[in-house]
Parts: sequence; C-alpha cells; structure tokens
Amino acid sequence: MLNIENLHVSVGDKPILKGINLQVKPGEIHAIMGPNGSGKSTLSHVLSGKSGYTVTQGQVTYEGKDLTEMAPEIRAREGVFLAFQYPVEIPGVSNIYLLKAALNSIRKHQGLPEVDAMDFLTLIKEKVRLLEMDERFLYRAVNEGFSGGEKKRNEILQMAVLEPKLCILDETDSGLDIDALKVVAEGVNSIRLPERSFVMITHYQRLLDYIKPDFVHVLAHGQIVKSGGPELALELEEKGYSWVENKQAA
Amino acid sequence: MSASAKEIEQLIGKEYKQGFVTELETDTFPPGLNEEVIHKLWKIKNEPEFMLEYRLKAFRHWQTMKSPEWAFVKFDPIDYQAVSYYSAPKRKEDGPKSLDEVDPQILEAYKKLGIPLDEQERLAGVAVDAVFDSVSVATTFKSKLKEAGVIFCPISEALREYPDLVQQYLGSVVPTGDNFFAALNSAVFTDGSFVYIPKGVRCPMELSTYFRINAANTGQFERTLIIADEGSYVSYLEGCTAPMRDENQLHAAVVELIALDNAEIKYSTVQNWYPGDKEGKGGIYNFVTKRADCRGENSKVSWTQVETGSAITWKYPSCVLTGNNSIGEFYSVALTNNYQQADTGTKMIHIGKNTRSTIISKGISAGRAQNTYRGLIKVLKGAENARNYTQCDSLLVGDKCGAHTFPYVEVKQPSAQVEHEATTSKISEDQLFFCQQRGLSAEDAVSMIVNGFCKEVFKELPMEFAVEAQALLGLSLEGSVG
Repeated sequence: MLNIENLHVSVGDKPILKGINLQVKPGEIHAIMGPNGSGKSTLSHVLSGKSGYTVTQGQVTYEGKDLTEMAPEIRAREGVFLAFQYPVEIPGVSNIYLLKAALNSIRKHQGLPEVDAMDFLTLIKEKVRLLEMDERFLYRAVNEGFSGGEKKRNEILQMAVLEPKLCILDETDSGLDIDALKVVAEGVNSIRLPERSFVMITHYQRLLDYIKPDFVHVLAHGQIVKSGGPELALELEEKGYSWVENKQAA
Repeated sequence: MSASAKEIEQLIGKEYKQGFVTELETDTFPPGLNEEVIHKLWKIKNEPEFMLEYRLKAFRHWQTMKSPEWAFVKFDPIDYQAVSYYSAPKRKEDGPKSLDEVDPQILEAYKKLGIPLDEQERLAGVAVDAVFDSVSVATTFKSKLKEAGVIFCPISEALREYPDLVQQYLGSVVPTGDNFFAALNSAVFTDGSFVYIPKGVRCPMELSTYFRINAANTGQFERTLIIADEGSYVSYLEGCTAPMRDENQLHAAVVELIALDNAEIKYSTVQNWYPGDKEGKGGIYNFVTKRADCRGENSKVSWTQVETGSAITWKYPSCVLTGNNSIGEFYSVALTNNYQQADTGTKMIHIGKNTRSTIISKGISAGRAQNTYRGLIKVLKGAENARNYTQCDSLLVGDKCGAHTFPYVEVKQPSAQVEHEATTSKISEDQLFFCQQRGLSAEDAVSMIVNGFCKEVFKELPMEFAVEAQALLGLSLEGSVG
C-alpha cells in the first residue's frame, strides 16, 4: 500500500529525514516512535502533503502511484488521512457541514454520487453512535472551544466518516490524560478493518497498550534506527531513547 | 508551485458572470449636467410641479459642494459633465402596461441574470421591481399587493399617482443637501422603488428591486423610498449587477426608510456591481446614501448587506433612532478582492429614550484590496438608557490586502452603554491545509472558512438571499489564494 524508499527531506537547507525506508501493507499497524526532533512529525507532514518540505532524494509510492506528486486534497481523496497533532479551529463552520463537504469531494473523486442531506445524517449518526459520542458535537463549530480530548476525538470521527485506506495518526496521544487516551484508542480500534492500514506516530509507549501495533520502528536523527515487533516498544520504555540513539552512534 | 496553486491560477481567469451587455435602442441624453438637463429630465418623467423645484434646489446646492475626501479610498476625480444623466430603453409613449409589452430583450437580460420577471416563474412570495439603467421596466405582483393595500411601484409612477404621499416623505430622512452624492442624486434621480405599507399591514410577500446598469457612460441615480405606517411590517430585498466595461461607472443612489409607531422594516442588499478586472480596470463607483428614520415609538429597522461588487464602495446605511424604544440593526459582510476598495459601515444616532442598536460587521479582504469599516455611534442628550453593541471583525486572505477600522463614538447622555468589540484574523496556512487534508480544494476551503466567518450576518438574510449570498461569496473569492 505504502512504500517509502530512501526518503530524504529538507526544510530550507536543513535536512530532516535522511533516508527513510518503510513498507506498509494493507491492514498493518505500524508505530513510529522516537525522541523529540527525530523527524516524526515531518514524516507525517510529508506523507499528507503539507507545504514547506522538499523531497531531495528517494520516493514514496501509494498504491503504485507517486504520492509526492499529488496535491494534498488529491491524497485525501485517494484515501490518505492525517489525524492532526494540533487540530485547527474553524469558527462558524459546523462539524457536520465540514464532514459533508469533505465526504462528497472524496466521493466525487471516486466517481460515486454525492450523498444528500438525509442519507448523510443517517450515516453520520451511525458513526457518532459507534464512537459513543454526543450528537451535539456535530453542530458545534469545528474544534472551536473544544477540549484537547474533544479535538482528538473529533479527528477520529472525521476518520470514521471519510473511511480512508491509510490513516496517519500524528501524536494523537499527546496532551491527553489516561481516560481520554483510552476513549480515543477505543475509537481507533472500532474503525479498524482488515484492509485499513495505520501509521501511528507517538512519543510514548502507552498508546500502544491500547492499540496493538504489528511493527514498531524507532526514528532517530532522521533515520529508522531499529525495527521490531510490539516488544520493541516495551524495551524502549524501559531503556529510553538514548539506548537506540547511542547504538546508532556506535 | 503545488498542484492546488496551479488550479487557482486557472480559476483567476474566470469572468464576472453578469458582465454581458444587452443591445437595445435607447433614449439617452447627451453627457453633461446643467439646469436645462434637469428641466428636460423633469419633463420626460412627467413629474408634478414640486419636483422641478426640488431638483433645482438640490442641483444648486450640489454646485456649491465638494466631493468628500475623508473616505479611505483612492480614485481620480470624476468628470460629472462627461456622464449622461438619462438612458432608457426606447418604448411607447406611456410605458408598458403589462409584461407582454416589455421589450423581450430586456426580459431576456433579466432571465440571464436569474431574475425571471414572469410571475409564473418567480418564487412565489417575492415581488420584483426591475430597474434598467434609468427607468423601471417592470413590477411584478402589483395587483396582488394592491389587495393588501400595499403600494409597490417605480418611484416615477408614485410621483404621478401619489404625489402628496411622496412629497410628504421624500427628502425627510436624507435632505437634498445632506452630502455631495445625495445632493447630486436629488437633482438627477431617474427611478427606483416606492413602497408604502398601510397601518397594521404585514406585507404578504418579500419585495425586491433588481437594479441593472446596461448603457455605457451613464450614471445610475436611483431613489428608493419606503414608508412603513403604524404597526406594519415589510421585508425588502435589493440586488444589483452591471456589464463589464473598461471605464468606471457611477452609481449614486439614495435610499430613505421611514418606520412609524410599532412598524418594522427589514432591508437586505446583495450588491454585486461589476468590481473591475483583476488589474483594477473598470468597475462601478458605488457612492450610496442609505438612511432610516425610526420615527415612531417601538419601531425597528434592520439593514443587512452583503457587498461583494463595485470597484469602490462608499456606503453607510444608518438609523436615526428618533422614537422612544426604537431599534436599529446593521449586519454587514463586505468582501473586497483584487483592487477593490470599500469604505463602509453605519451610523446609529440615538435620540429617543431606551433606544437600542446592534452592529455586526464582517470585512474580508483578499488580493490587493482595502477594506474599511467606519462607524459612528452618537447618543444625544435626551437618549436615556440608550444601548449600543458593536462587533467588528476583519479577515485577511493573503498578505497584500488591508483591513482598517474607524469607530467614532459621541455620547452626551451618561446613562448610555456603548460596547465595541473588534478582531482581525487571517486565514492560516494550517486551516487551509487541514481542509485540504480532508479532501477540499483550497478554493472550497477558503470559501467555507469565509462563509463560517460571516455566519452571524447570513442568518439575518431571507432564505433565498442567504443561499445566493453564500454562492456569491465563493465566486468573488475565486483566485484569492495561491
């Protein structure tokens, strides 16, 4: 599904990613861990198409197509979803309005008919129930006045409605207390599908207690320095990032 | 350049959709303005005696006045002798009696604008007066309104049919010498709408006037007068467009509203005059005086405007709150793109006791446009317990535009409460990227964010208008990001 080969990325003249290799197959869950400044968020931004990053070497293919050539909205319509670390507020635009516009632009791209207001309401209410959320959420302006936990849940709701193929979670656990983290993790688990892949970027191991990854990768100094199964996350938790960082230096 | 920026480049090429010209035979005065022209105008309109004096008085006053220079707009001096003051489609001596007699070309023009004048095709519940250059060409649903006692007709017709009523109120809110453009309008106004709602009548349908400038080198000077008698209610809508021309054209209108005891007038405008091209060439100069007098106790006037057109907008729909407990409201969205300039806002003059006013202004600037809010809150000595709340928000799209706010407050009554809130924000890269990551194009994202920003004002518009306004906002913003 996603194939990253020898990816080098710079911001201005400064190289951030220095040769990332990663393969994600349908249905797999990959966790990418690493210390601050290791390039985790850069990777999520590059995959989703945020401006300001230059790919200097290597390539990223998604379902056989060159992902870096696509505009961000095309990536979204092709099924790449980024759950933001800091979801933005859009005053005056209701959640339900944004979701309907987004879903219809994706459906249009896929050659499907747009859903009308009635069908959409049925669909979204089902998702709200699935995620055990309050329906009033839908009529509030996008993230305006939301708590940290509400913002992250809102990201999961958007993911549930837009039904992407590849979900990138950028530090979805940051800023959440343990209860909120559990709720968000349950939300993610509830929308797992055999074909849907996840790339979870996280600083801490605790998210992985709730969402079991198939693979864990450690990112340091812009490179994946170690890959393994879920046990790697536990080892990291115990020994700290300096363990892998030093290893690389050695 | 990203792929989305390329799409935007293409969108910039899109044209103003109402920019077509209708080829018609017209009666047009040669350019120039003097007492003789006014005499001719008065004669051709077949107006009562008092109007000649009214016009001449205004003209003489105008000659002593200077074009105002205090507004935050820039334009070359206008040569008022190069403008033609009357242009009308050629027609039979006494004008069309019914739609069948209206020139099919004109009907076609309105149809193209999405304003079919055929009553069958109209949304039920909206009566339309269509003003083409200097004259009203058709008014729909006249007979149905007459049953309710409502008078809705071209002002030139009202001057002939109801001269006393017009004389009593014309110029009573905006006197002939009020300001430079109002004086000019009083001297040379050609047509516009007249509305009278009798005592206790709730007007059974929305009334609407659609202004269209077609001829080149002419000014449109329309005059609207709305009188809501005691205990009555009316909702009035106004729309405007013009062809694309390289020269600037002048539109200097005057609108007067009078609300008597317990009466309410809701006046909504969607202004889409040709804004000029993307280099700032051409476009309408929209210099308009709009004022309401809440003359009666417990009367209420609310202005709602969505301003997306014109090269320059100079407009301050105001309320004089004369009656005790009267209410004035102003809800405004002013959007400027490319080289457009807008200096707009309102004046709320509190005279009566317990008078209240609310102002919600949303200014959006994109491209290289300059957008100014200018508002005056004046509380006179006798206006005990007057209250005002002003909220004034500006949104910037891109980094070459400007937003300015000039609030003026004059309070002479210690019990008055005046509140002013203002914000300026920018559509952030993060907001745009977020929307794009959800599958929306950059254009759709900006349009959605701007519509959200304007929500408080749009909810004040009548339903059909709100939809039109949202679509218009999207169109006017095309090419504003990238």
